[in-house]
Formats: sequence, C-alpha cells, structure tokens
Amino acid sequence: MNAIEFILAGMLAAATPFLLAALGELVVERAGVLNLGVEGLMALGAVLAFIVVYHGGGHVMGFVAAGLGGAALSLVFALVVLGFRANQVAAGLAIGILGQGLSALFGKSYESLTVKGLPKLALPWLSDIPVVGGLFVQDVVVWLSLAATLAIWATLAYTKTGLVVRAIGENPKAAHAIGYPVVAVRFAAVAFGGMMAGFAGAYAAVVYTPLWADGMIAGRGWIAIALVVFGTWLTGRIFLGACLFGAVSLMGLAAQATGLDVPSQLLSSLPYLVTIVVLGIISADRRLLKLNGVASLGEPFDR
Amino acid sequence: MTAPLLSLRGISKSYGQIRANQAIDLDVPPRSIHAILGENGAGKSTLVKLIYGVEQPDSGTIMWKGAPLSLASPAEARRAGIGMVFQHFSLFETLTVVENIRLVVPGRKADLAERIRTLGRDFGLEVDPFAHVHALSVGERQRVEIIRCLMTNPKLLILDEPTSVLPPQSVEKLFDTLRRLRDGGVSVLFISHKLEEIRAICDHATILRGGRVTGHLDPREHDVHDLARMMIGRDMPEPMPALARSGGDKRLEIIGLDYRPDDPFAVPLSGISLTVRSGEILGIAGISGNGQTELAALISGETELPREQRDRIYMMGKDVGALDAATRRRLGFAFVPEDRLGRGAVPEMSLVLNGLLTAHPLKLLKHGLIDRKNAAAFADECIRRYDVRTPGPETEAGALSGGNLQKFIVGREIMLSPKLLFVAQPTWGVDIGAASAIRRRLVTLRNEGMAILVISEELEELFELCDSIQVLHNGKLSPPLVTRDTRPEEIGRYMIGARSPSGKVLA
Repeated sequence: MNAIEFILAGMLAAATPFLLAALGELVVERAGVLNLGVEGLMALGAVLAFIVVYHGGGHVMGFVAAGLGGAALSLVFALVVLGFRANQVAAGLAIGILGQGLSALFGKSYESLTVKGLPKLALPWLSDIPVVGGLFVQDVVVWLSLAATLAIWATLAYTKTGLVVRAIGENPKAAHAIGYPVVAVRFAAVAFGGMMAGFAGAYAAVVYTPLWADGMIAGRGWIAIALVVFGTWLTGRIFLGACLFGAVSLMGLAAQATGLDVPSQLLSSLPYLVTIVVLGIISADRRLLKLNGVASLGEPFDR
Repeated sequence: MTAPLLSLRGISKSYGQIRANQAIDLDVPPRSIHAILGENGAGKSTLVKLIYGVEQPDSGTIMWKGAPLSLASPAEARRAGIGMVFQHFSLFETLTVVENIRLVVPGRKADLAERIRTLGRDFGLEVDPFAHVHALSVGERQRVEIIRCLMTNPKLLILDEPTSVLPPQSVEKLFDTLRRLRDGGVSVLFISHKLEEIRAICDHATILRGGRVTGHLDPREHDVHDLARMMIGRDMPEPMPALARSGGDKRLEIIGLDYRPDDPFAVPLSGISLTVRSGEILGIAGISGNGQTELAALISGETELPREQRDRIYMMGKDVGALDAATRRRLGFAFVPEDRLGRGAVPEMSLVLNGLLTAHPLKLLKHGLIDRKNAAAFADECIRRYDVRTPGPETEAGALSGGNLQKFIVGREIMLSPKLLFVAQPTWGVDIGAASAIRRRLVTLRNEGMAILVISEELEELFELCDSIQVLHNGKLSPPLVTRDTRPEEIGRYMIGARSPSGKVLA
C-alpha cells in the first residue's frame, strides 16, 4: 500500500471527529451563538462513550451516552449565555475547561485500557477500484456522518427550520419581531451542537483509536471551530475542510511509513499550520464572508 | 358610525422613568386610512408596537372587532389579522426576497415567488423574488416589507413612515395601493410626519404629543399649519429666505469621475461632474441605491481613488482624490454620513466621546489626552444649540432616537465651522420641528458663505434648501437644474431614468 492509497483509505475516518464536531458548531453559529467549548464537549463525550463500551454497553449505547452528555453540558453553557446573557467567549472557554476536567476525572481509572473498534463495511464494486477503492471501506459511523452532512446541508438550505435558524443568526431582533422564539431556537441549536460534539468525541475514543488516554482529543475541537469559519459557514466546504484535515493528519504517519526524513514534530504540526494558512486565504474574500457570515455571532440577544 | 375595527382605551406604557404612552384612546373604523401624527419621541412607535404585540401595555384595553384582545407576540397579531411594515426594516440581508417572505408566509418557494411577482404587478411593487436583500436599495426593501405584509391578508395594515424612501411617482403609486386595499376591506394605520401626505390620503388622524393624544380630527378639513401646530404645540417656523447667489470660489469640484467599486453589489459611477461654490447649496436627488453610497464615500474620503486617477476630485482647489478622510477634514471639510449608528456615531460610546470623534481639533485634547472638561462642554453646547433630547452628555449615542442622534451629529459637524459641508440625508427620521431647524441652520450657513452639498431622497427638502439640484440615476449624474426654474415632476423624471442625463446643460 503506497502513501496515497493509505491516505485515501484513512482520510474519511480521520476526518469524522472534525466533521461531526464542526457540523454541530455550524448549526450553533448559524443560530448566532459562538460555543468555544467544543474541545471540552468532545472530551466528555469521549470518556462517557469509552466507559459505556468498556463495561459492555455496546457502541450504540456509548454514542447515546456521549450525545446526551455533550448536550447536557452544552445546555449549561446555553443557560449561562442565553439565560443570563453572559459573555459567550468566556463562558465557552469555561465550559470547555470543565468538560476536559470532567473527562480526566471520569477517565482516571481507565487510563491506557482498550476496547474493540467497529468493523469496516465495504461498498460492493466501488471498493474494488484500484487506488481509490479504500475510500469505500469504512465503518458505519463514517457512512452515517456523510448522511448527516447531507441532511444538515439540505436542512439549512431548503427547509423552513433551516431558514429560521439562519434568520435568527443574522438578525435576532427582526426574527423576534416577526414572532420567532429566538432564545428557544438558540437553546435547541446549542444542544444539537453539544450532542454532535459528544458523538465526535465518542468516535475518536471508541472507534478511531479505541484506547483511553487523557487529553486524547488533542485540539481537534479547536480545529473543528476553525473549520466552520474556514468553510465560511457552508456545509459542503466544511466537509471538504474536514477531509483536508483528515488527510493532513495522516501525512505524518504516511511519511514515517515510507521512511521520509522529515521531523515528526513538523508533520504533526501540519494541521495547525494548514488552519492558519487557509483562514488567511478565506478572510481575503470579503464577498464570501459578507454573503455567508453570521451577523449576530456571539452577541447576546436582548429584546 | 360603524363599530370600530380596532379600539384602544386608556393605553399606557412606561420605560423606566419615561412615560412613552399615557392614556391613549384611538378608534380605527373598518375600511379607513387612519393617520397617527406626531414628532419623534411623541410615542408613535411605542403605540404601534403595543398594537402589533411587540410590547405589552402597562394598562388599558385593546378591542379588536368588538372583543378584547391581548397580544403576547407579533405572531399572534398576525394571526388576528394585523400586519406591520416597520420603519427600520426587519428584513434578513443574507436571505433572498422569497426566503424572507417564507419566514412569515407558509407555502412552497416557487408558489411564493409567483405570488410576489403577481402582487408586484398589481400594486406597483416590482422586485426580483430571488435577489438577496443586501443587494437591494432601501426603496426596494420597503417594497419587500409591504409585499410580505400583504401576503398574510391583514385586516389592519400598519405602515411606519412608509413614504420617506420613495420618489414622488412611487408615493402616488403607494397611495393608489393603499386606497385599493381600503376599498378591498383593509384598514390602514399610517404613521407619518409629512402633513401634506396625511391630508392627501387619510380619512382620520390622531395627533400625539409627549405621549398623549392632543386631537382626533379629519385631516382633510384642516390645513397644514393647523396640523403642525397641534403636533408640535406651537407655530411652525417660516422657511428662511435665501439670499441671492454670489458666485463664490469653488470649494468642491468633481470632473468626469468614473469609478468601479470592488464590491460586486455596489453601483459603478460614470462621468460624474459637479461643482459646489461657497455660498451655495447643491442637492443630489435620486432614489437610494443609484450610487449615492458610492459617491458619498468617494467625497468623504472613505474610498480613496487609485493614485493614477488624478485631477478628478478637488476640495478648496486641491486634488484630494487619493487623500484619506482625515486629511480632507484638515482642509476644512466636514461630513454627516447617511447611517448615524456605525458611521456617524459609535453607539456604545457617550455623546461626549462621540463629539470628540471629529471635533478633536477644537482644543478637546491636551497633550494627546482627552480634555474631559472641554469635551463635556462641547457636547453640552451641541445638545443645547441643536435641541438634542437626551438625559445628558454621558448618555450612550445608541440610546438616542434616530432623530435626536441626527441632530447631535449635524450639530457636531456644523460646530467645526467647515468651508465645505457634506450632509447625506440631513433630516431622515427627524421630526418636523427639528428638521426645519436643521434646514434653517444650513441656509444661514450658506448665506454666511459655506459651501454645502446635500444628498437627500426627499424632494421637498431639496426644493426648500438648494440653489440647484442634480439627479443621480444608475450611477450617472444629471446636469445641474436651477431649483427655482424647475418643477418637481422634472426631477422625478430624471429619478426614474425617463430622461437621459445627457440632456441640455444648464448652470
């Protein structure tokens, strides 16, 4: 297996934690709320899923626990910023730290333990194609994530629900004036984002690398937040961005496997460098930001 | 008299210390066009918010079709059959027209688009259903608002200052629309400060002053002066007669300016030429969205011309095209932008600090630090001289009503005693008492030799102020028309592009 085949085969799985968390954050931001606690929500989801799976609860229950845990912690954030109108940046950071702390606490006695991952499902015909065939051999969560991407894209672009979320993100006062429940919709969006971050953490801990280690999320929550901006709040671009990061994070492994003489520190810092470069390029296109940016992002709604 | 459609009794509403509405009584009969007249701060906006369910009254009752009505939200008002077009539009800029409408009206996108086109044709409210709202002019946005309301089939339609953004031809069209709606069984609650319009279209009027009703009457039976007196509580000041033109030195000259903005949604300008001399007011008429924003930014210095485009814009005889806004101000230029919040003033900052923004050359700084005493004295004087209604100079700019903030900003710029003053929309949303004070002040300054350029959508205002008028349409400027030899209809034809700007040259 050469480096390209290796990257193609692993890219989607590596992208999935980024993708799930970023999709959740996309919905949150589209509704006008900035939740910087994604890293902590992912960490909490990861440890909950790991504990459930380790004690034989199975992967489905693991994901359910992670989703509920992420949603519950994000509702604390929602209560603080939507109920008491606290500063969203500060509250998001606090919730993130809380999530990481809870994760370390719950995970203390599970350090270095392992669970069994999920089997890969191959799509007939497609998986036999040379070079790109590996793309079509993935576990069930990857396939579901792709479906979720499509569903979120269609919901935001074409349904009334999506329209209401976008309207509230752009101009909450006007949305209130025409009779939409701004705060309730934002609560729902934040809970959804928390659930997705929980799923993302669960995938990282019980499917992608089914081993518990404290701090295993390793900045992926932050990259997910960057991805939302990087994708200019558009689902398709966020998906492509997640794939890019998946691929970049595999390059280090691929380079080591092929014996390339590049310092591993440089390779493992690649995703972060790519984030900075791409964010710079995106910010240059003001038209794109104007069209898709969320006008009320991070501002408390005060009627 | 038939039973009223809407009936208010003893409606009161306070915000903290401010009693916005006190014991308001109001009856709107079915099939009528009813005016609510009043100055800024008289409580008109509060009253309609109560009727539309945005806010709830502290006391009093609202009767709707003979039964008591208590509205917790605008959605309930719409379900009851009350629709409203806001003064500050409640549209979503990043959404398309049809998406905006879909937020309020159930239905499939394609069907809604078709209904938008039909309504547009029937009522002269044409607009592209798939255009993004941020790409539309203010006038077009209003059409979207009205269409959105009409699509919910209201029994009562509330319009807040609907004509302030329309050219004369469209105002007539809007009035036709409203009359047709009335004949079709809809009542209209029409909020305006334009007395002539109220006399032209309304069957009843309720006049508010200081949060109280000062009269119910039939506006057709009273002349403009009567109405104005009831509204402001004293006689209207007479317009100031302008002195004959002296032909002073050129303070602003634009010669054959072409400009293609980077922003794909902006209007390109071509062949713009104009001259403003000392002791002269030049007005630029036109419906917004025809290049006003772009032209204003080029004159103010917010947009700088590329260095290779020389000899296009002169101020006080100096080529300023490539100079920034601060440098232009140092030459004796002052500017009142069209949007007060964000460009004219910083909403979160106090009036004292907002005064400082442009008036710092007036010794408001000491060794580069703010001189609190002088800065506060400056803000105080501006508040006093321009009749800004505010608790004090430490009030946040964003807490003032639009009209009051405008008075403050215009005052601040005038107090700089510039050689060249550029005012975009001088009296937008300002009540008539204050508007006429601002206009008189501008004419006085002109008589004292200031050169003044005014951009306005209100033709009446331009006719009252200006020595000559040029019309901006589709990024092109008409030749100057001497105001006293020109009729409003002629300007109107340029405004809708019915006359090519390359017509005969006067001046």
